[in-house]
Amino acid sequence: MSDRLQQSEPILAAEKVSKTLGKQRVLSDVNLALRKGECFGIIGPNGSGKSTLIKLLSGADAPDAGRITFRSQLMSAYSKKQLARSIAVLQQEVLPPIGFTVREVVETGRYPYQNWLGEEQGDVVPIINGILSELDLQSLSGRPIERLSGGERQRVALAKAAAQQPELLMLDEPTTYLDIGYQQQMMEYIRDWQRRAGMTVVAVLHDLNLAALYCDRIMVLHRGKVIITGTAGEVLSAELLEQVYGVRPTIVTHPLHGVPQILLQGSVEPVWRLKRTEGAG
Amino acid sequence: MKKKLLLWGGAGLALLLLSIIISLSMGSAHIPIGDVWSIIWHSMTDWLTGAGDDAGASPYQQIVMQVRFPRVVLAVLVGAALSIAGAGFQGVLRNPLADSYTLGVASGSSLGAAFMITFGMPYILLSSWTIPIAAFCTGLISLFIVMRLASINGKFRTETMILAGVVVQAFFGAIVSLLIALSDSLMNSIVFWLMGSLQLRGWPHVLLLIPYVSVGGLVMLGLARTLNLFSLGERQAMHLGVNVDRTKKTVLIIGTLISAAAVSVSGTIGFVGLVTPHLMRLLVGPDYRLVLPLSAIYGGIYVLWADTIARVALSPTELPLGVVTAFIGAPFFAWLLIRHKRKGEEAG
Repeated sequence: MSDRLQQSEPILAAEKVSKTLGKQRVLSDVNLALRKGECFGIIGPNGSGKSTLIKLLSGADAPDAGRITFRSQLMSAYSKKQLARSIAVLQQEVLPPIGFTVREVVETGRYPYQNWLGEEQGDVVPIINGILSELDLQSLSGRPIERLSGGERQRVALAKAAAQQPELLMLDEPTTYLDIGYQQQMMEYIRDWQRRAGMTVVAVLHDLNLAALYCDRIMVLHRGKVIITGTAGEVLSAELLEQVYGVRPTIVTHPLHGVPQILLQGSVEPVWRLKRTEGAG
Repeated sequence: MKKKLLLWGGAGLALLLLSIIISLSMGSAHIPIGDVWSIIWHSMTDWLTGAGDDAGASPYQQIVMQVRFPRVVLAVLVGAALSIAGAGFQGVLRNPLADSYTLGVASGSSLGAAFMITFGMPYILLSSWTIPIAAFCTGLISLFIVMRLASINGKFRTETMILAGVVVQAFFGAIVSLLIALSDSLMNSIVFWLMGSLQLRGWPHVLLLIPYVSVGGLVMLGLARTLNLFSLGERQAMHLGVNVDRTKKTVLIIGTLISAAAVSVSGTIGFVGLVTPHLMRLLVGPDYRLVLPLSAIYGGIYVLWADTIARVALSPTELPLGVVTAFIGAPFFAWLLIRHKRKGEEAG
């Protein structure tokens, strides 16, 4: 097996990546290297460039300067379908109400494997059934997605990503619209899937506590620049968070997992008067 | 999926065939359905064996084969063309209001036709094909303008497409009105063209449309699965491996070619491209592998009956075809809206 070789090489790497949108420099000189099988978290305040970075890393957009390589080859060397067979993206937007059933939406995940007639080598039905049962969607499989709750719809979106059988899963704030029950359920499922399939995960997360719980490494973006990359313990310090978010939280250690967790201080002092700069988007 | 296609497609084709036969028998000279059938049968066998010529044909045979049949086939083709284009536009722009009218293609064609009618000198050059060719070209030009208006940094924005289309439509409409106002003696022919008609069209027009509808329809059908992914959202589609920009351009250009070809022979016929795909979605759901082919069939039936009404209702006076399709289509669209609203209220 060539696994050893691949482990020494990052599966996805960004070197000195910059991106300007309109007149605003959204990312400058971003470097990162993903190790195969890890969960890599990207955090940062609104407008720090997280979503733009995910767009670049998933091949949805190209950087103005620098290079992004996937399996040591430039992103642009891959066709859209090739990328879709290797990289799946779960967005924060819930699936639109379009009349398709749960099963039909999940089946669209097979598109990158199909020829122009919509046919695929091998039997897809067991793959789809397996995914549906793993995500507890079997009883809903015939239902149109507009008749599902937000949490259920996001589970369908995850099932669609699973049907792509990716080696790299990118999450763009996937838990934004979910209650804490669904948040944990979703992250647990993703971690389980990641370990089972040896998949690599890149997650843009708003919730620092989720990032600390589920990510092996965390990168902090601030105004388009990488401030620090490291384990949750290395990254989540009160000083750094104050520098980036403009509020100084209390940091405690998770009693079960030993990772740092963030407690907001509440209105001890008028935090909104603290200086804080925000970019757009 | 296949079961639904066979069921609704089979029913549609049967209905289409029945409609064609009935429509052929209707008109100022009523020809019994049995006679229509035997005339078609004989003409077909004669044509296949190479026997017989028009000189020996009965008047009925001439009416059916040379006057009504090409017109009926043309009506079906125009309906299919406008419906396929409408379905494609709606799919790729994810906007239920998209069709060749709201995108400005039809008004572009109108402008070309009105221009040629007013300044009719090139008639000499291309004879009766002048108006179709001019309408076709200006239809394409107007799409090009709409796409340019709606694009930012080389990528065109779906949301602004309809807006740009409406702007172009209004502007071209104003120019057409100006042309009408300036040339009052020719007013009738421009106005009549604008209202749409299949009067005095023959087999050559059918032959003109067939390649556009068949090739364009097949290309569109080949993109049906991709259009399904579009309905999940452009970014979702892209992450599933769809070349979003290329697909959008292909569908828009193919749709414009098809509808410009149709409009160039029939004049402007509204509501077909808008209503038919919506009706199909109501019948069979959102899957474009069903919506596209069924839109073609039922759109053909729609225009066929509209045209039959147009030529029979006040015979021997002809009603403008565009008026008939609007009389059927607009109330239906209103009904769709009310239904949709009710559904929304129930859900909320």
